[in-house]
Amino acid sequence: MDHQIDRIRPALAVMVLLILCTLAFAQKRSSCIECHVKLDDPRLSGPAKLFDNDVHRGRGLSCNDCHGGDPQAETSEAAKDPRKGYLGKPRTADVPAYCGKCHSDANLMKRFNPSLRVDQEKEYYTSVHGQLLKTGEQRVATCISCHTVHGIRAVNDPLSSVYPLNVAETCAKCHGRAEYMSDFKIPTDQIAKFKTSVHAKALYDKQDLSAPTCNDCHGNHGAAPPGIASVANVCGQCHARQADLFQTSPHKAAFDQQGFAECVTCHSNHDIAAPTDQMLGTQQGSLCVNCHSNGDKGFVAAGHMRSRIEELIASINKSNDILSLAERKGMEVSKPKFELKGATDALTHARVLIHASSTAELDKVMAPGLEVAGKGYQAGLDALAELGFRRKGLAVSLVFILFLALLVYLKIRQIESRQPIAK
Amino acid sequence: MRLKAMQDWLDERLSIKTLSGAARKKEVPVHRHSIWYYFGGMTLFLFVVQVVTGILLLLYYRPSAENAFESVQFIVTEVQFGWLIRSVHSWSANLMIATLFIHLFSVFFLRAYYRPREMTWVSGVVLFFIVICFGFSGYLLPWNKLAFFATKVGTEIAGVIPVIGRPMLRFLRGGDDVTGATLTRFFGFHVAVLPATATVFLAIHVLLVQLHGMSVPPSVQKQNLRKMKFIPNFLLRDLIGWILAIGVLAALAALFPWELGEKADPFAPAPAGIKPEWYFLFMFQTLKLLPAKILGMDGEVLGIMAFNFVALLLFIVPFVDREPGNQRRRLVFNIIGVVALAYIVVMTIVGYVT
Repeated sequence: MDHQIDRIRPALAVMVLLILCTLAFAQKRSSCIECHVKLDDPRLSGPAKLFDNDVHRGRGLSCNDCHGGDPQAETSEAAKDPRKGYLGKPRTADVPAYCGKCHSDANLMKRFNPSLRVDQEKEYYTSVHGQLLKTGEQRVATCISCHTVHGIRAVNDPLSSVYPLNVAETCAKCHGRAEYMSDFKIPTDQIAKFKTSVHAKALYDKQDLSAPTCNDCHGNHGAAPPGIASVANVCGQCHARQADLFQTSPHKAAFDQQGFAECVTCHSNHDIAAPTDQMLGTQQGSLCVNCHSNGDKGFVAAGHMRSRIEELIASINKSNDILSLAERKGMEVSKPKFELKGATDALTHARVLIHASSTAELDKVMAPGLEVAGKGYQAGLDALAELGFRRKGLAVSLVFILFLALLVYLKIRQIESRQPIAK
Repeated sequence: MRLKAMQDWLDERLSIKTLSGAARKKEVPVHRHSIWYYFGGMTLFLFVVQVVTGILLLLYYRPSAENAFESVQFIVTEVQFGWLIRSVHSWSANLMIATLFIHLFSVFFLRAYYRPREMTWVSGVVLFFIVICFGFSGYLLPWNKLAFFATKVGTEIAGVIPVIGRPMLRFLRGGDDVTGATLTRFFGFHVAVLPATATVFLAIHVLLVQLHGMSVPPSVQKQNLRKMKFIPNFLLRDLIGWILAIGVLAALAALFPWELGEKADPFAPAPAGIKPEWYFLFMFQTLKLLPAKILGMDGEVLGIMAFNFVALLLFIVPFVDREPGNQRRRLVFNIIGVVALAYIVVMTIVGYVT
């Protein structure tokens, strides 16, 4: 057996060499790039230079895979021969189909990225962008407006124009320009507003990539403003519990009747601020008084819910204060401090439950929350009482100890007066 | 009559009369440096406090990464007077190290190691290092955040010693990292290995002190020296010190209970500004101040080697400075002592302030 292997060993070596050479030559030669990078006009050389970092190049594709033509040809004319399938630069209206040639082909995409969706083109035509494009409007976004062209990067590449941290700026290229959008009669302050929102703080300040940016609410390929009926569904993607509770609340029917968009009516849309307890209640500045007036059922419920929440907050603060005081005085209170988190959890739960606008539901979590906070306060009182006991005990012990020391001292005096220390 | 019979019975079997006779004969010289004689006894007393409170803590302490912190928390919150025992154990440990330092330096400056007391000094130095090990191993046992990282840094320092460092680090940690295995190991050292070794050396040390009697410093005129009886005069004075020490310990435990901190989390980042216990601070500060490279060698390694060298020098002090009449050598040793003391004090303060 070994002998046979020895005989075929040279043949194997030659085969490996041949395979390696074939692979080296298989790296397709592209006369497109060779010529275009040398051109002086940046409009013509730019794409060839940008293509170096393109995700498609990384997957082994070249210019002709989109533009057609013959990259093996020696002359420009031969390379761009329409008989060899040369398409040239697509018109704006043709871009979705141009990309869709591959990206809508499930079988083809499996070869490159089986997990990638193949309905982008179809979805695009459901978007406002796609709808307008169909009417002949040229100033709308197509694939390349967001993904760029020739230097296209994968979505998870931080340098990609559609990476979560870059999406808002990409949309703002058009939607932030008042003169560009003037004919479409839509506002252009969304980006500025979004940057003040709690979502933007999470995204940019905390670098939380799961925080929403434009496309998470509006969709990406099918981008459109969510209608009144679908707003709750959009927010409910993340805020599921709040959305579910709202469906059970008396507000649901009232909002539908009045034509109010569900979440947006209280929380606004692009400039959503971190919710505060001040939004709830009957005092001036609360959101409830925008619709409810003194005496009506909602007004009473809003006042009740706010006061219950304030009660729990006060109870938690009181417990926290006394436990911190005991801790500063050196008492070990980490266990009751940890247990107090149960009350904070109840508070968080209560703040979510207000979306059901039901005082009965709210009271169900309030009672255990207040009980936990009360136990924390009692633990603080006990710790301080224990501290007092220790100090009193110390005082008594010290008296006893000093008395004992004095007795011994007197004993020494007594002994040494009888028998002085001799030389 | 019955007492006399009991004494006779015991004397016949244990020769207690010979022992008590010797104890009665024992005398302590009285001079201007006599105060320093009390620090050995005080250290011994605090050691006894450690043994007693340590045994009480053992009733509830559970030596594992999962239970150690919770068991100490249980001791200080649920067990009757557990807080007192735990705090006294921690405070007494620190006071013992302080009195031990004082005892060591006073013996050094008063030249109590001169012939024939060389072995008393050597056994004392061994006890000094045992106590330091007690401190280092005991610090980890509550398994809190500070202790965890202090042990991590401390064992890392041991690990940089050339050749033996790495195996020593693995031996101390029971692996490459500080884990539950380290805790169990340190517990074993703290409650079995170190107490056993300490008992042996303590017995030798105390026996030697009895054998040679109290040393009189060379600077004290030996003629016409006043002497007090060890029993009862000196012992009663010792007793006053011990009673007051109990008072101090009780006050410290009640007014400044030893903190437990947060439970150790091996995956959490090290807290900022981490510092070792005060008695290691001067060494830690030195290592921090040393440049990264000294004459092409790693500064930290050099520093650690230097401390090890000084520790070895401590053992041979009585064999180098052995001529009471040699004034020049006495001066040199005095200067060395003062410089070392000043260095420790200054570096400890710098360590605390920075």
